[in-house]
Amino acid sequence: MSIKQTSMVAALLMACPALMFGAGTVKGKVTFTGTPVKQKPIDMSKEPSCAKQYPTPPTTQTIVTGEGDTLENVVVYISAGAPDETTAPTQAVTFEQKGCRYMPHVLAMRVNQELKVVNSDQTSHNIHPLAKVNREWNKSQPPGTPPLSEKFDKEEFISVKCNVHPWMRGYFAVLKTSHYDVSKDNGSFALPNLPPGKYTLTAWHEDYGTQTADVMIAGSETKNVNFAFKAKAF
Amino acid sequence: MRTKIFQGMFVAIGVAFLAAASLCGAQEMESHIGSLTGHSNDGTKLYKRYCFYCHGQYGDGAGENAAWIEPKPRDFTAATFKCRSTTTGFLPTDEDLYKSIARGFSNSNMPPWAPLSNQNRADLVAYIKTFSPRWKTEKPAEVLVVPSEPPVNIESISHGHELFEKLECWKCHGQEGRGDGPSASTLTDSKDQPIRPYNFAGGANDSRFKCGSENADIYKIFMTGVDGTPMPSFGDVIKPNDAWDLVHFLRTLQVNRKSKENEVLKAAGGKLLPEKPAPPAPEAPAAPDAKAPGSR
Repeated sequence: MSIKQTSMVAALLMACPALMFGAGTVKGKVTFTGTPVKQKPIDMSKEPSCAKQYPTPPTTQTIVTGEGDTLENVVVYISAGAPDETTAPTQAVTFEQKGCRYMPHVLAMRVNQELKVVNSDQTSHNIHPLAKVNREWNKSQPPGTPPLSEKFDKEEFISVKCNVHPWMRGYFAVLKTSHYDVSKDNGSFALPNLPPGKYTLTAWHEDYGTQTADVMIAGSETKNVNFAFKAKAF
Repeated sequence: MRTKIFQGMFVAIGVAFLAAASLCGAQEMESHIGSLTGHSNDGTKLYKRYCFYCHGQYGDGAGENAAWIEPKPRDFTAATFKCRSTTTGFLPTDEDLYKSIARGFSNSNMPPWAPLSNQNRADLVAYIKTFSPRWKTEKPAEVLVVPSEPPVNIESISHGHELFEKLECWKCHGQEGRGDGPSASTLTDSKDQPIRPYNFAGGANDSRFKCGSENADIYKIFMTGVDGTPMPSFGDVIKPNDAWDLVHFLRTLQVNRKSKENEVLKAAGGKLLPEKPAPPAPEAPAAPDAKAPGSR
């Protein structure tokens, strides 16, 4: 190996400790205890083009649960211990309006990552992220128009709504770290490629709030961390 | 020993004084409206005299009158403003704020402050900018260019009506612009306060919009949106000429207002032109081995 090659490998290892010491993974499940509020059916009768897409009225998505009391749509991320990552990924994330609902209901992205908003419906929507730290904008998107391209330059959990269809609510989780996941329908999440270190994990749910847990990664290991939220009665 | 303690105290007080002075200095803002320059220090007394009781000491819209006012006074700490010539989500220009103060907001408790001098209003604009750090950290936004208005005729009004339907403005404003569309009763502003869509048909000959009374003001309203409310920006989806057509149609919804648009519509017997059929989509050339659907 030439000096040049050796120095390149050394630089790579220094830049990415995970390569040098092995990368760990944190994975686990998000569950709830107690009895969650039953989700209400959405009355889309004022928007027939959307209503006809469902054999039975869909329900609100504030609390989405699975078998074994698992909880979906929980953002789990490294909130401390990892350096802030300033370079946004080049790949955009997509937020789709389909059947007068948001897909996904909770979309996580990085600070300054491109967000594409798509309207797949036959009706106009307005995309209105109710940002407090970032800029609050509000744009109309009639059917058949190209995707909107936006980005947020600060970390924030942002509620998104469509004013025309008041049942449409979603969330953007804008994060400074690349180590995040959103819990699946079985409550599972996984944060791979973690260099050795001590981290704080935060789990965020739109209605149940946040929980944190500390975890130590020593090398190429997998640590299990589970979160259990207490369901609200109302 | 005692002398040293006193010296230390003097130094500490001096440092604290300098820090406080620099902190206050950091809050000083200016506004620039044409040849006028406003100074926030000069705006302080004016704010306490005229604005304080509604907008509050901290500019958060929580003045002692706020509880009795609907819609609620603007929260300057959020730096979200309704009437702008800038893209949705961006700060307004100094001139936008200056005009808002002079014009007031119809259908609200904010009166026109035209009796104040131009300099007073410029100073108030500068003072309002001290309530949010966004004025220090954000670059000036791009200002919307309003192209010259094409002539009003029945074609432009009719096309404007087509856009009103296509863009589904009626869902909030109603088919006749009376603010009674199917979504009207469910609308809330960014602070979750109920809000009604604009009723074009209400008011008399002098009826005007919150953000001005000229055709160019209407153009700006829907191209930039009314931030903090459900009214979105259509700037990404309407071309300038189409936007003017929509302005011409919206004027006809102001049935009690004398306007060129209403005269043109009346001269046409009150009837809009039928919608032009959409041009046929160009046929895609058939692939050499194309087969009829379902054929094998």
